[in-house]
Amino acid sequence: MAVARVLDAGMADRVKVSLTGARDGRGFLFRTLLQLALLLTVVILAALLVQVLTLGWETLATRLGDFLTAESRSRAHEAGVFQGLRGTLWIGVITTLVAFPLGVSAAVYLEEYAPRNRMTAFIELNIRNLAGVPSVVYGILAYTIFVTLLRPVTGGKTALSGALAVAVLVLPVVIITSAEAIRAVPDSLREAGFGVGATRWEVIRSHVLPYAAPGILTGTLLSLGRALGEAAPLILVGAVAGSVGYSGGLLDPGQLREQFTAMPIVIATWSTNARPGFDQITAAAIVVLLVVVLMANAAAIGLRNRFEKKR
Amino acid sequence: MTVDLDSAVVAKGAVAPPAPLPVLTANDLQVYYGDFQAVRNVHLAIPRNEIVAMIGPSGCGKSTVLRCFNRMNELIDGCRVTGHVCYHGVDLYDPRVDAVEVRRRIGMVFQKPNPFPKSVYENVVFGPRIAGVARAEFDGIVESSLRKAALWDEVKDRLKASALGLSGGQQQRLCIARAIASNPDVLLMDEPCSALDPIATGRIEDLMHELKADYTIVIVTHNMQQAARVSDRTAFFTVEVSSDSDRRTGVLVEYDDTEKIFSNPSDSRTENYVTGRFG
Ligand SMILES: Nc1ncnc2c1ncn2[C@@H]1O[C@H](COP(=O)(O)OP(=O)(O)OP(=O)(O)O)[C@@H](O)[C@H]1O
Ligand SMILES: [Mg+2]
Repeated sequence: MAVARVLDAGMADRVKVSLTGARDGRGFLFRTLLQLALLLTVVILAALLVQVLTLGWETLATRLGDFLTAESRSRAHEAGVFQGLRGTLWIGVITTLVAFPLGVSAAVYLEEYAPRNRMTAFIELNIRNLAGVPSVVYGILAYTIFVTLLRPVTGGKTALSGALAVAVLVLPVVIITSAEAIRAVPDSLREAGFGVGATRWEVIRSHVLPYAAPGILTGTLLSLGRALGEAAPLILVGAVAGSVGYSGGLLDPGQLREQFTAMPIVIATWSTNARPGFDQITAAAIVVLLVVVLMANAAAIGLRNRFEKKR
Repeated sequence: MTVDLDSAVVAKGAVAPPAPLPVLTANDLQVYYGDFQAVRNVHLAIPRNEIVAMIGPSGCGKSTVLRCFNRMNELIDGCRVTGHVCYHGVDLYDPRVDAVEVRRRIGMVFQKPNPFPKSVYENVVFGPRIAGVARAEFDGIVESSLRKAALWDEVKDRLKASALGLSGGQQQRLCIARAIASNPDVLLMDEPCSALDPIATGRIEDLMHELKADYTIVIVTHNMQQAARVSDRTAFFTVEVSSDSDRRTGVLVEYDDTEKIFSNPSDSRTENYVTGRFG
């Protein structure tokens, strides 16, 4: 007993010494730096939001309905984002419908079927490189292919061409994120499936894809949200800077074969307009685009949660 | 040349004693991973309704041989199998044989429990579902498979809960239930108890004794006592290091009645291993 107490006392001493003696100065500094980095990011974001909201607030508060349904006009207090919204909506829909199935299929093929050889590695490397190509370049490519070569299908400088341009732009990112999500599926899961006599397709459909779905969805929809804000490729395939001749409704698919504009184009055009009131409606349009992108992201998160519950 | 002679001797010593109709036989089996020969000249015959244990030091190719019996090796890039593995006399590596069909009849339980991240119920019915069994039979299959795997009482109230919420031992028994549910003929088990405590291990050993009536079982184990307790026959593998190159190849040293392997083996390497004089 006595011995134990002595030992205990010794331990306690030592603990006390190490508690007071070793301040982790460098660790503290590092941690502070990390916090500063985070703080800076948050401050920048907040500043952007505050600026845009204060500038655009009057428009949004006094004539939101009008702003969302009116066309682009030369006088700021009459102008609205309707045509841009319509274009962006259809571009988003078609991009998703094209890039998602194509990208996921390519990723499944690369990860599950393709032989592991130099050819496959070479293709993968190139897809990675494509993801880093500036969006303007995709615009030129899209102009040649969709506006010129495929004119009979797309109708030339239409929302369909714009959507296909954006689809090509996001495709590499969709393939890469999907492939990564598929690669993260543990092999033991595949073995379990094969072990009870499943075919490769059954293993992919019942186990690999459900497991990878949250990752695929998040990656894909985030990249889509980002691409909806791209102006460069749309300008190159002929998005209209002013008012569009076509007068269909928001959900009218006729837009696909007609002249179009889109939110980033509207914003870019208005922001260079020096007339009074345009600063304010530019800010309001940015808020609208942000809300659209946020809604797409919210959909991504909602879908992901549903899949996560399922698996 | 000397290598050939050596392996011929090993092969002779390894021929199983006369036995009831073999379910699985391996003849002159060689397995390569790329250029590397992992296993050389394996001859084995696995009789119906018996439990065969495969023992030997780590890396001697037990898992590799086991995976040849249901063509799981094919899923590994660069793996190549030569020789003959016959199931009821049919060569499994005949190009006309469908690996999927093989795996439906020859089920597998893996070293690490790998339930699907789905409900307990879905885990069990996955095999029957892809085999086209009628939905009306699922409930019955789930109960009987889980009962056979000694898991029914523990999970009957949470069949719809995720299998990932089960303990490691329960998960392993679920994997056994999943393998049984497809109504296979042979069960291949790769160290099924290595992650389990003695109680769960005991349960699975009891289970194997019960399953023996309906199935033929091949089990890989590092646990000598387990091999001695559960198996009818034991195959001892070891690694031969070639003297000129530094190649390590797995070989089958001896295959005999378990009692004989553990009490009176004919090869000194077997004796050293089972008595613990060799790692
Ligand atoms: N996928 C693989 N690719 C390349 N070599 C492999 C692969 N799997 C196994 N090997 C090699 O084949 C040999 C036999 O491996 P195996 O897994 O069959 O041994 P084991 O007897 O099951 O060992 P353990 O008792 O540790 O599980 C080893 O030398 C191993 O390195
Ligand atoms: Mg092994």
